[in-house]
Amino acid sequence: MSEFTRAEACAVAIAETFRGDGEILVSPIGNLPAIGARLAKLTFEPDILLTDGVASIVANLTAVGGGVGADPEVESYMPYRTVFDTLWSGRRHVMMGATQIDGYGNQNIACIGSHAKPKAQLLGMRGAPGNTINHPTSYWVPNHSNKVFVPKVDVVSGIGYDRAAALGARSSRFHEIRRVVSNLGVFDFDTKDHRMRLASVHAGVSVDDVVGNTGFELVIPASVPETRSPTDAELELLRNVIDPKGFGAREVVG
Amino acid sequence: MDKRTTEREVVAELQSGMTLGIGGWGSRRKPMSLVRELLRSDVTDLTLVSYGGPDVGLLCAAGKVRKVVYGFVSLDSIPLEPHFRVARQTGSIEAVELDEGMLQWGLYAAANRLPFLPTRAGLGSDVLTLNPHLKLVKSPYADAEELVAMPAIELDMAWIHMNRADAGGNGQFLGPDFFFDDLFCLAAKRRFMSCEKLVATRDLLAEGSVHTLKINRTMTDGVIEAPGGAHFTECPPDYARDEPFQKEYAATAKDEKLWQEFWSRYLDVATEAEYQAAVKSR
Repeated sequence: MSEFTRAEACAVAIAETFRGDGEILVSPIGNLPAIGARLAKLTFEPDILLTDGVASIVANLTAVGGGVGADPEVESYMPYRTVFDTLWSGRRHVMMGATQIDGYGNQNIACIGSHAKPKAQLLGMRGAPGNTINHPTSYWVPNHSNKVFVPKVDVVSGIGYDRAAALGARSSRFHEIRRVVSNLGVFDFDTKDHRMRLASVHAGVSVDDVVGNTGFELVIPASVPETRSPTDAELELLRNVIDPKGFGAREVVG
Repeated sequence: MDKRTTEREVVAELQSGMTLGIGGWGSRRKPMSLVRELLRSDVTDLTLVSYGGPDVGLLCAAGKVRKVVYGFVSLDSIPLEPHFRVARQTGSIEAVELDEGMLQWGLYAAANRLPFLPTRAGLGSDVLTLNPHLKLVKSPYADAEELVAMPAIELDMAWIHMNRADAGGNGQFLGPDFFFDDLFCLAAKRRFMSCEKLVATRDLLAEGSVHTLKINRTMTDGVIEAPGGAHFTECPPDYARDEPFQKEYAATAKDEKLWQEFWSRYLDVATEAEYQAAVKSR
Protein backbone atom coordinates (compact mmCIF):
# COMPACT_ATOMS: atom_id res chain seq x y z
CA MET A 1 0.00 0.00 0.00
CA SER A 2 1.23 3.48 -0.88
CA GLU A 3 1.84 6.25 1.62
CA PHE A 4 -1.00 8.77 1.85
CA THR A 5 -1.68 12.15 3.43
CA ARG A 6 -4.23 13.03 6.10
CA ALA A 7 -6.19 14.98 3.47
CA GLU A 8 -6.38 11.83 1.35
CA ALA A 9 -7.60 9.81 4.33
CA CYS A 10 -10.27 12.48 4.89
CA ALA A 11 -11.29 12.37 1.21
CA VAL A 12 -11.90 8.63 1.48
CA ALA A 13 -13.81 9.02 4.76
CA ILE A 14 -15.98 11.70 3.14
CA ALA A 15 -16.57 9.55 0.06
CA GLU A 16 -17.70 6.73 2.38
CA THR A 17 -20.45 8.95 3.83
CA PHE A 18 -22.08 8.92 0.36
CA ARG A 19 -21.90 5.11 -0.03
CA GLY A 20 -25.34 3.73 -0.78
CA ASP A 21 -26.85 7.11 -1.69
CA GLY A 22 -27.74 6.03 -5.23
CA GLU A 23 -29.57 8.38 -7.57
CA ILE A 24 -29.83 11.54 -5.42
CA LEU A 25 -28.36 15.03 -5.45
CA VAL A 26 -25.17 15.20 -3.37
CA SER A 27 -24.26 18.73 -2.25
CA PRO A 28 -20.74 18.92 -0.83
CA ILE A 29 -19.92 22.33 0.70
CA GLY A 30 -16.17 23.02 0.79
CA ASN A 31 -13.04 21.67 -0.90
CA LEU A 32 -12.58 18.28 0.74
CA PRO A 33 -16.30 17.46 0.61
CA ALA A 34 -16.19 18.24 -3.14
CA ILE A 35 -13.15 16.00 -3.49
CA GLY A 36 -14.73 13.18 -1.50
CA ALA A 37 -18.01 13.37 -3.42
CA ARG A 38 -16.17 13.17 -6.75
CA LEU A 39 -14.20 10.20 -5.47
CA ALA A 40 -17.43 8.43 -4.51
CA LYS A 41 -18.95 9.17 -7.93
CA LEU A 42 -15.90 7.95 -9.82
CA THR A 43 -15.69 4.71 -7.83
CA PHE A 44 -18.49 3.03 -5.86
CA GLU A 45 -21.37 5.53 -6.15
CA PRO A 46 -21.64 6.41 -9.86
CA ASP A 47 -25.34 7.35 -9.84
CA ILE A 48 -25.13 10.41 -7.55
CA LEU A 49 -25.81 13.82 -9.11
CA LEU A 50 -23.20 16.56 -8.68
CA THR A 51 -23.36 20.19 -9.83
CA ASP A 52 -20.64 22.36 -11.30
CA GLY A 53 -21.06 24.62 -8.26
CA VAL A 54 -23.39 26.89 -10.22
CA ALA A 55 -26.58 25.52 -11.81
CA SER A 56 -25.65 22.56 -14.01
CA ILE A 57 -25.61 18.85 -13.21
CA VAL A 58 -22.46 17.65 -14.93
CA ALA A 59 -22.11 13.92 -15.60
CA ASN A 60 -18.35 13.93 -16.11
CA LEU A 61 -17.07 16.27 -13.38
CA THR A 62 -13.35 15.99 -12.99
CA ALA A 63 -10.85 18.19 -11.17
CA VAL A 64 -11.87 20.47 -8.28
CA GLY A 65 -10.99 24.14 -8.54
CA GLY A 66 -10.78 23.99 -12.32
CA GLY A 67 -14.36 24.56 -13.39
CA VAL A 68 -16.13 21.76 -15.21
CA GLY A 69 -13.20 20.57 -17.30
CA ALA A 70 -12.60 20.82 -21.02
CA ASP A 71 -15.63 18.92 -22.26
CA PRO A 72 -18.50 19.10 -19.75
CA GLU A 73 -21.35 16.67 -20.24
CA VAL A 74 -24.25 18.66 -18.81
CA GLU A 75 -27.11 16.30 -18.00
CA SER A 76 -29.57 18.64 -16.27
CA TYR A 77 -30.35 22.05 -14.82
CA MET A 78 -30.18 22.71 -11.06
CA PRO A 79 -30.75 26.38 -10.18
CA TYR A 80 -31.34 27.22 -6.52
CA ARG A 81 -35.10 26.87 -6.87
CA THR A 82 -34.68 23.29 -8.09
CA VAL A 83 -32.22 22.60 -5.27
CA PHE A 84 -34.94 23.64 -2.81
CA ASP A 85 -37.54 21.48 -4.58
CA THR A 86 -35.14 18.55 -4.55
CA LEU A 87 -34.25 18.91 -0.88
CA TRP A 88 -37.91 19.17 0.14
CA SER A 89 -38.53 15.95 -1.81
CA GLY A 90 -35.80 14.31 0.26
CA ARG A 91 -33.66 13.19 -2.70
CA ARG A 92 -30.52 14.88 -1.44
CA HIS A 93 -27.60 14.39 0.93
CA VAL A 94 -25.73 17.53 1.96
CA MET A 95 -22.34 17.79 3.64
CA MET A 96 -22.08 21.16 5.37
CA GLY A 97 -19.48 22.76 7.57
CA ALA A 98 -20.02 23.50 11.26
CA THR A 99 -18.56 26.37 13.25
CA GLN A 100 -19.89 24.57 16.33
CA ILE A 101 -21.36 21.07 16.74
CA ASP A 102 -22.53 19.31 19.89
CA GLY A 103 -22.85 15.71 21.06
CA TYR A 104 -26.27 15.22 19.44
CA GLY A 105 -25.21 16.76 16.13
CA ASN A 106 -26.76 20.20 16.55
CA GLN A 107 -24.84 22.53 14.24
CA ASN A 108 -24.24 26.28 14.33
CA ILE A 109 -23.24 28.39 11.31
CA ALA A 110 -25.24 31.48 12.33
CA CYS A 111 -23.30 33.37 14.99
CA ILE A 112 -21.11 33.11 18.10
CA GLY A 113 -22.42 34.68 21.30
CA SER A 114 -25.91 36.08 21.78
CA HIS A 115 -28.00 36.32 18.64
CA ALA A 116 -29.23 39.80 19.55
CA LYS A 117 -25.68 41.19 19.48
CA PRO A 118 -23.27 38.45 18.46
CA LYS A 119 -19.56 38.38 19.21
CA ALA A 120 -19.13 37.09 15.68
CA GLN A 121 -21.77 37.08 12.97
CA LEU A 122 -21.23 34.08 10.68
CA LEU A 123 -23.04 33.04 7.50
CA GLY A 124 -26.59 32.95 8.83
CA MET A 125 -28.89 29.94 8.99
CA ARG A 126 -28.53 29.31 5.23
CA GLY A 127 -30.34 26.08 4.41
CA ALA A 128 -29.37 24.18 7.56
CA PRO A 129 -32.80 24.07 9.28
CA GLY A 130 -34.55 22.86 6.13
CA ASN A 131 -31.80 20.44 5.15
CA THR A 132 -31.67 18.65 8.49
CA ILE A 133 -35.43 18.17 8.83
CA ASN A 134 -35.81 16.94 5.23
CA HIS A 135 -32.94 14.66 4.25
CA PRO A 136 -29.62 13.11 5.29
CA THR A 137 -26.99 15.60 6.41
CA SER A 138 -23.31 15.08 7.17
CA TYR A 139 -20.72 17.52 8.46
CA TRP A 140 -17.11 18.22 7.63
CA VAL A 141 -14.82 19.84 10.20
CA PRO A 142 -11.26 20.50 8.94
CA ASN A 143 -10.04 21.85 12.31
CA HIS A 144 -11.20 19.48 15.08
CA SER A 145 -10.95 21.27 18.43
CA ASN A 146 -12.98 21.84 21.56
CA LYS A 147 -13.95 25.23 20.12
CA VAL A 148 -15.86 23.40 17.38
CA PHE A 149 -16.97 20.26 19.26
CA VAL A 150 -18.74 22.03 22.11
CA PRO A 151 -21.11 20.91 24.91
CA LYS A 152 -23.78 23.34 23.68
CA VAL A 153 -23.92 25.31 20.43
CA ASP A 154 -24.73 29.02 20.72
CA VAL A 155 -27.42 28.83 18.02
CA VAL A 156 -29.03 25.71 16.52
CA SER A 157 -28.99 26.05 12.72
CA GLY A 158 -28.95 22.37 11.72
CA ILE A 159 -30.92 20.28 14.20
CA GLY A 160 -29.44 17.33 16.07
CA TYR A 161 -31.00 14.13 17.36
CA ASP A 162 -32.25 15.53 20.69
CA ARG A 163 -34.09 18.39 18.95
CA ALA A 164 -35.46 15.97 16.34
CA ALA A 165 -36.67 13.53 19.02
CA ALA A 166 -38.48 16.36 20.81
CA LEU A 167 -40.53 16.95 17.65
CA GLY A 168 -41.94 13.43 17.80
CA ALA A 169 -41.72 10.52 15.40
CA ARG A 170 -43.83 11.98 12.59
CA SER A 171 -42.16 15.39 12.27
CA SER A 172 -38.66 13.95 12.58
CA ARG A 173 -39.10 11.00 10.23
CA PHE A 174 -36.80 12.41 7.54
CA HIS A 175 -34.10 13.59 9.97
CA GLU A 176 -30.76 11.82 9.76
CA ILE A 177 -27.29 13.06 10.66
CA ARG A 178 -25.33 10.48 8.74
CA ARG A 179 -21.78 11.18 9.87
CA VAL A 180 -19.32 13.83 10.96
CA VAL A 181 -15.88 13.69 9.39
CA SER A 182 -13.07 15.77 10.91
CA ASN A 183 -9.35 15.98 10.29
CA LEU A 184 -8.94 13.56 13.23
CA GLY A 185 -11.61 10.93 12.69
CA VAL A 186 -15.08 9.80 11.70
CA PHE A 187 -18.12 10.06 13.98
CA ASP A 188 -21.61 8.63 13.78
CA PHE A 189 -24.73 8.51 15.96
CA ASP A 190 -25.27 4.73 15.95
CA THR A 191 -25.92 4.66 19.69
CA LYS A 192 -29.05 3.95 21.68
CA ASP A 193 -29.67 7.61 22.54
CA HIS A 194 -28.10 8.99 19.32
CA ARG A 195 -25.13 10.55 21.09
CA MET A 196 -22.07 11.08 18.91
CA ARG A 197 -19.77 8.07 18.75
CA LEU A 198 -16.18 7.85 17.60
CA ALA A 199 -16.43 5.48 14.63
CA SER A 200 -12.79 5.54 13.52
CA VAL A 201 -9.58 7.52 13.88
CA HIS A 202 -7.47 8.51 10.90
CA ALA A 203 -4.03 6.92 10.55
CA GLY A 204 -1.59 8.56 12.96
CA VAL A 205 -4.33 9.85 15.30
CA SER A 206 -4.93 8.36 18.76
CA VAL A 207 -8.23 8.09 20.59
CA ASP A 208 -6.74 10.42 23.22
CA ASP A 209 -6.04 13.04 20.52
CA VAL A 210 -9.72 12.99 19.65
CA VAL A 211 -11.00 12.99 23.23
CA GLY A 212 -8.61 15.80 24.23
CA ASN A 213 -9.88 18.00 21.42
CA THR A 214 -13.58 17.37 21.98
CA GLY A 215 -15.53 19.53 24.41
CA PHE A 216 -18.16 16.91 25.28
CA GLU A 217 -18.17 13.25 26.20
CA LEU A 218 -18.01 11.08 23.10
CA VAL A 219 -19.21 7.50 23.07
CA ILE A 220 -15.98 5.53 22.68
CA PRO A 221 -16.34 1.85 21.71
CA ALA A 222 -14.09 -0.72 23.38
CA SER A 223 -12.12 -0.98 20.18
CA VAL A 224 -11.82 1.97 17.77
CA PRO A 225 -10.80 1.02 14.24
CA GLU A 226 -8.59 3.07 11.95
CA THR A 227 -10.30 4.91 9.08
CA ARG A 228 -10.08 2.86 5.87
CA SER A 229 -6.89 3.67 3.97
CA PRO A 230 -7.14 4.89 0.39
CA THR A 231 -6.56 2.16 -2.21
CA ASP A 232 -3.89 2.67 -4.86
CA ALA A 233 -6.66 3.26 -7.40
CA GLU A 234 -8.21 5.93 -5.17
CA LEU A 235 -4.85 7.66 -4.67
CA GLU A 236 -4.33 7.66 -8.42
CA LEU A 237 -7.75 9.29 -8.93
CA LEU A 238 -7.22 11.84 -6.13
CA ARG A 239 -3.77 12.90 -7.29
CA ASN A 240 -4.16 12.85 -11.05
CA VAL A 241 -7.84 13.38 -11.78
CA ILE A 242 -9.76 14.93 -8.89
CA ASP A 243 -7.28 17.17 -7.07
CA PRO A 244 -4.07 17.61 -9.08
CA LYS A 245 -3.58 21.12 -7.68
CA GLY A 246 -3.71 19.92 -4.06
CA PHE A 247 -6.70 21.86 -2.71
CA GLY A 248 -7.28 19.12 -0.13
CA ALA A 249 -3.82 19.53 1.36
CA ARG A 250 -4.48 23.25 1.82
CA GLU A 251 -7.50 22.45 3.99
CA VAL A 252 -5.88 19.69 6.08
CA VAL A 253 -2.12 19.44 6.60
CA GLY A 254 -0.09 16.34 7.41
CA MET B 1 -47.03 51.35 -22.09
CA ASP B 2 -43.59 52.89 -21.87
CA LYS B 3 -42.37 52.15 -18.34
CA ARG B 4 -38.91 53.64 -18.65
CA THR B 5 -37.86 55.53 -15.55
CA THR B 6 -34.70 56.45 -13.61
CA GLU B 7 -33.08 55.42 -10.36
CA ARG B 8 -33.82 58.87 -8.99
CA GLU B 9 -37.55 58.65 -9.69
CA VAL B 10 -37.73 55.20 -8.13
CA VAL B 11 -35.93 56.20 -4.94
CA ALA B 12 -38.16 59.31 -4.75
CA GLU B 13 -41.09 56.90 -4.29
CA LEU B 14 -39.41 55.05 -1.45
CA GLN B 15 -40.24 56.32 2.02
CA SER B 16 -38.43 55.88 5.30
CA GLY B 17 -39.77 52.90 7.25
CA MET B 18 -40.78 50.91 4.15
CA THR B 19 -40.04 47.24 3.46
CA LEU B 20 -37.80 46.83 0.42
CA GLY B 21 -37.11 43.47 -1.26
CA ILE B 22 -33.95 43.17 -3.32
CA GLY B 23 -33.50 40.35 -5.87
CA GLY B 24 -30.32 38.52 -6.86
CA TRP B 25 -28.36 36.24 -4.55
CA GLY B 26 -25.22 37.01 -2.51
CA SER B 27 -22.88 38.97 -4.76
CA ARG B 28 -24.77 38.01 -7.92
CA ARG B 29 -26.95 40.13 -10.24
CA LYS B 30 -27.90 42.70 -7.63
CA PRO B 31 -29.67 45.96 -8.65
CA MET B 32 -26.72 47.99 -7.37
CA SER B 33 -27.36 51.21 -9.31
CA LEU B 34 -30.65 51.49 -7.42
CA VAL B 35 -28.87 50.69 -4.14
CA ARG B 36 -26.33 53.42 -4.90
CA GLU B 37 -29.11 55.94 -5.60
CA LEU B 38 -30.66 54.99 -2.27
CA LEU B 39 -27.31 55.68 -0.59
CA ARG B 40 -27.49 59.22 -2.02
CA SER B 41 -31.00 59.79 -0.61
CA ASP B 42 -32.16 60.71 2.89
CA VAL B 43 -34.42 57.63 3.13
CA THR B 44 -33.75 55.61 6.28
CA ASP B 45 -35.26 53.13 8.77
CA LEU B 46 -35.80 50.50 6.06
CA THR B 47 -36.62 46.82 6.43
CA LEU B 48 -34.62 44.88 3.84
CA VAL B 49 -35.62 41.44 2.55
CA SER B 50 -32.83 39.79 0.60
CA TYR B 51 -30.76 36.75 -0.25
CA GLY B 52 -28.18 39.16 0.99
CA GLY B 53 -24.95 40.42 -0.49
CA PRO B 54 -23.31 43.85 -0.74
CA ASP B 55 -26.76 45.42 -1.13
CA VAL B 56 -27.36 44.64 2.55
CA GLY B 57 -23.79 45.46 3.63
CA LEU B 58 -23.67 48.86 1.93
CA LEU B 59 -27.10 49.95 3.15
CA CYS B 60 -26.27 48.86 6.72
CA ALA B 61 -22.93 50.69 6.61
CA ALA B 62 -24.70 53.84 5.41
CA GLY B 63 -27.21 53.71 8.26
CA LYS B 64 -30.26 53.14 6.08
CA VAL B 65 -31.48 49.98 7.75
CA ARG B 66 -33.58 49.18 10.81
CA LYS B 67 -34.20 45.49 10.15
CA VAL B 68 -32.96 42.77 7.79
CA VAL B 69 -34.94 39.65 6.85
CA TYR B 70 -32.47 37.13 5.42
CA GLY B 71 -31.26 33.54 5.18
CA PHE B 72 -27.63 34.58 4.74
CA VAL B 73 -25.58 37.63 3.82
CA SER B 74 -22.48 36.77 1.79
CA LEU B 75 -20.14 38.11 -0.88
CA ASP B 76 -19.67 34.54 -2.25
CA SER B 77 -15.92 34.74 -2.92
CA ILE B 78 -15.66 36.42 0.51
CA PRO B 79 -18.03 34.18 2.51
CA LEU B 80 -18.90 36.64 5.30
CA GLU B 81 -20.17 40.14 4.36
CA PRO B 82 -17.94 42.34 6.56
CA HIS B 83 -20.16 45.43 6.73
CA PHE B 84 -23.17 43.32 7.65
CA ARG B 85 -21.06 41.65 10.36
CA VAL B 86 -20.20 45.06 11.82
CA ALA B 87 -23.89 46.02 11.85
CA ARG B 88 -24.82 42.78 13.63
CA GLN B 89 -21.93 42.84 16.07
CA THR B 90 -22.60 46.44 17.11
CA GLY B 91 -26.31 45.67 17.44
CA SER B 92 -27.24 48.47 15.04
CA ILE B 93 -29.88 46.43 13.19
CA GLU B 94 -32.65 44.02 14.03
CA ALA B 95 -32.16 40.56 12.51
CA VAL B 96 -34.91 38.24 11.29
CA GLU B 97 -32.85 35.23 10.36
CA LEU B 98 -34.63 32.49 8.41
CA ASP B 99 -33.85 29.29 6.57
CA GLU B 100 -33.29 30.11 2.86
CA GLY B 101 -36.32 28.06 1.87
CA MET B 102 -38.51 29.76 4.48
CA LEU B 103 -37.61 33.08 2.88
CA GLN B 104 -38.74 31.74 -0.49
CA TRP B 105 -41.96 30.45 1.09
CA GLY B 106 -42.67 33.83 2.75
CA LEU B 107 -42.29 35.62 -0.58
CA TYR B 108 -44.34 32.97 -2.36
CA ALA B 109 -47.14 33.27 0.23
CA ALA B 110 -47.21 37.05 -0.31
CA ALA B 111 -47.12 36.51 -4.09
CA ASN B 112 -50.18 34.25 -3.80
CA ARG B 113 -51.97 36.63 -1.39
CA LEU B 114 -51.99 33.89 1.24
CA PRO B 115 -51.43 34.56 4.96
CA PHE B 116 -48.86 31.75 5.21
CA LEU B 117 -47.56 28.58 3.62
CA PRO B 118 -46.77 25.42 5.57
CA THR B 119 -43.26 24.01 5.58
CA ARG B 120 -41.20 21.52 7.51
CA ALA B 121 -38.15 23.83 7.34
CA GLY B 122 -37.38 25.51 10.64
CA LEU B 123 -38.91 22.87 12.95
CA GLY B 124 -36.66 22.15 15.90
CA SER B 125 -34.17 24.88 14.98
CA ASP B 126 -33.49 28.22 16.66
CA VAL B 127 -35.16 29.99 13.73
CA LEU B 128 -38.35 29.46 15.74
CA THR B 129 -36.98 30.41 19.17
CA LEU B 130 -35.29 33.55 17.80
CA ASN B 131 -38.41 34.58 15.87
CA PRO B 132 -41.31 34.12 18.28
CA HIS B 133 -43.66 35.70 15.71
CA LEU B 134 -43.38 32.45 13.69
CA LYS B 135 -46.21 30.06 14.55
CA LEU B 136 -46.92 26.39 13.95
CA VAL B 137 -49.96 25.01 12.16
CA LYS B 138 -51.50 21.57 12.46
CA SER B 139 -52.52 19.71 9.31
CA PRO B 140 -56.34 19.50 9.25
CA TYR B 141 -56.11 16.04 7.66
CA ALA B 142 -55.72 12.64 9.28
CA ASP B 143 -51.93 12.95 9.62
CA ALA B 144 -52.33 15.96 11.99
CA GLU B 145 -48.69 16.84 11.33
CA GLU B 146 -47.35 20.05 12.88
CA LEU B 147 -45.61 22.37 10.45
CA VAL B 148 -44.22 25.89 10.42
CA ALA B 149 -46.79 28.40 9.15
CA MET B 150 -44.37 30.64 7.28
CA PRO B 151 -46.09 34.04 7.17
CA ALA B 152 -46.28 36.07 3.96
CA ILE B 153 -43.44 38.56 3.56
CA GLU B 154 -45.22 41.51 2.00
CA LEU B 155 -43.01 44.11 0.34
CA ASP B 156 -43.73 47.78 -0.22
CA MET B 157 -41.25 47.79 -3.10
CA ALA B 158 -39.07 45.29 -4.97
CA TRP B 159 -35.95 45.87 -7.03
CA ILE B 160 -34.46 43.36 -9.46
CA HIS B 161 -31.74 43.50 -12.12
CA MET B 162 -32.05 41.66 -15.44
CA ASN B 163 -29.72 41.22 -18.39
CA ARG B 164 -32.23 42.51 -20.95
CA ALA B 165 -35.64 44.18 -20.84
CA ASP B 166 -37.99 46.07 -23.09
CA ALA B 167 -39.55 49.46 -22.41
CA GLY B 168 -42.85 47.80 -21.53
CA GLY B 169 -41.34 46.05 -18.53
CA ASN B 170 -40.69 42.53 -19.82
CA GLY B 171 -37.42 41.22 -18.41
CA GLN B 172 -34.95 38.56 -19.52
CA PHE B 173 -32.25 36.75 -17.55
CA LEU B 174 -29.36 35.27 -19.54
CA GLY B 175 -27.20 33.91 -16.73
CA PRO B 176 -27.23 30.45 -15.17
CA ASP B 177 -29.70 31.15 -12.34
CA PHE B 178 -32.82 33.31 -12.14
CA PHE B 179 -32.81 33.06 -8.32
CA PHE B 180 -36.17 34.21 -6.85
CA ASP B 181 -36.53 37.51 -8.67
CA ASP B 182 -40.09 36.83 -9.87
CA LEU B 183 -41.23 36.21 -6.29
CA PHE B 184 -39.79 39.54 -5.11
CA CYS B 185 -41.84 41.29 -7.82
CA LEU B 186 -44.99 39.28 -7.11
CA ALA B 187 -44.73 39.95 -3.35
CA ALA B 188 -44.43 43.75 -3.75
CA LYS B 189 -46.81 46.66 -4.21
CA ARG B 190 -44.35 48.58 -6.44
CA ARG B 191 -41.85 46.70 -8.66
CA PHE B 192 -38.83 48.17 -10.44
CA MET B 193 -36.41 46.41 -12.76
CA SER B 194 -33.06 47.68 -13.91
CA CYS B 195 -31.36 46.01 -16.88
CA GLU B 196 -28.02 45.91 -18.62
CA LYS B 197 -29.56 46.76 -21.97
CA LEU B 198 -32.98 47.85 -23.14
CA VAL B 199 -33.97 46.20 -26.44
CA ALA B 200 -37.00 46.31 -28.72
CA THR B 201 -39.59 43.70 -27.79
CA ARG B 202 -39.15 41.93 -31.13
CA ASP B 203 -35.41 41.59 -30.43
CA LEU B 204 -35.77 39.78 -27.10
CA LEU B 205 -35.71 36.32 -28.68
CA ALA B 206 -32.51 37.19 -30.51
CA GLU B 207 -30.91 37.53 -27.06
CA GLY B 208 -32.06 34.22 -25.56
CA SER B 209 -34.71 31.50 -25.78
CA VAL B 210 -38.31 32.03 -24.71
CA HIS B 211 -37.46 30.26 -21.42
CA THR B 212 -35.31 33.22 -20.40
CA LEU B 213 -38.30 35.61 -20.52
CA LYS B 214 -39.21 35.04 -16.87
CA ILE B 215 -40.37 38.56 -16.00
CA ASN B 216 -43.53 39.66 -17.80
CA ARG B 217 -44.91 43.18 -17.71
CA THR B 218 -47.67 42.37 -15.17
CA MET B 219 -44.78 42.00 -12.71
CA THR B 220 -43.14 45.42 -13.16
CA ASP B 221 -44.08 49.08 -12.78
CA GLY B 222 -40.91 50.61 -14.11
CA VAL B 223 -37.76 49.73 -16.03
CA ILE B 224 -34.36 51.41 -15.95
CA GLU B 225 -31.56 50.90 -18.44
CA ALA B 226 -28.44 50.64 -16.27
CA PRO B 227 -25.40 49.25 -18.07
CA GLY B 228 -23.00 48.02 -15.38
CA GLY B 229 -25.87 48.45 -12.93
CA ALA B 230 -25.05 45.25 -11.06
CA HIS B 231 -21.39 46.24 -10.52
CA PHE B 232 -19.47 45.00 -8.50
CA THR B 233 -21.64 41.88 -8.28
CA GLU B 234 -21.56 39.42 -11.17
CA CYS B 235 -24.01 39.67 -14.05
CA PRO B 236 -23.20 36.80 -16.41
CA PRO B 237 -22.93 36.61 -19.37
CA ASP B 238 -22.49 40.40 -19.48
CA TYR B 239 -19.70 40.55 -16.91
CA ALA B 240 -18.08 38.70 -14.02
CA ARG B 241 -17.84 39.95 -10.45
CA ASP B 242 -15.25 42.73 -10.04
CA GLU B 243 -13.21 40.82 -7.46
CA PRO B 244 -10.52 43.48 -6.88
CA PHE B 245 -13.22 46.11 -6.29
CA GLN B 246 -15.12 43.76 -3.98
CA LYS B 247 -11.93 43.17 -1.99
CA GLU B 248 -11.42 46.92 -1.71
CA TYR B 249 -15.01 47.31 -0.51
CA ALA B 250 -14.67 44.47 2.02
CA ALA B 251 -11.46 45.89 3.49
CA THR B 252 -13.22 49.16 4.38
CA ALA B 253 -15.28 47.42 7.08
CA LYS B 254 -12.23 47.15 9.33
CA ASP B 255 -11.15 50.77 9.12
CA GLU B 256 -13.36 53.85 9.40
CA LYS B 257 -10.84 55.95 7.47
CA LEU B 258 -10.81 53.48 4.55
CA TRP B 259 -14.61 53.49 4.55
CA GLN B 260 -14.72 57.31 4.45
CA GLU B 261 -12.25 57.29 1.55
CA PHE B 262 -14.27 54.62 -0.28
CA TRP B 263 -17.45 56.58 0.39
CA SER B 264 -16.14 59.87 -0.94
CA ARG B 265 -14.40 58.35 -3.95
CA TYR B 266 -17.18 56.08 -5.20
CA LEU B 267 -20.46 56.68 -3.43
CA ASP B 268 -20.62 60.37 -2.55
CA VAL B 269 -21.07 61.25 -6.21
CA ALA B 270 -24.03 62.87 -7.92
CA THR B 271 -24.99 60.18 -10.41
CA GLU B 272 -24.56 56.54 -11.42
CA ALA B 273 -22.52 57.78 -14.42
CA GLU B 274 -20.05 59.41 -12.03
CA TYR B 275 -19.79 56.16 -10.07
CA GLN B 276 -19.07 54.21 -13.26
CA ALA B 277 -16.44 56.80 -14.23
CA ALA B 278 -14.80 56.58 -10.78
CA VAL B 279 -14.68 52.79 -11.08
CA LYS B 280 -13.11 52.97 -14.54
CA SER B 281 -10.50 55.54 -13.50
CA ARG B 282 -9.03 53.47 -10.68
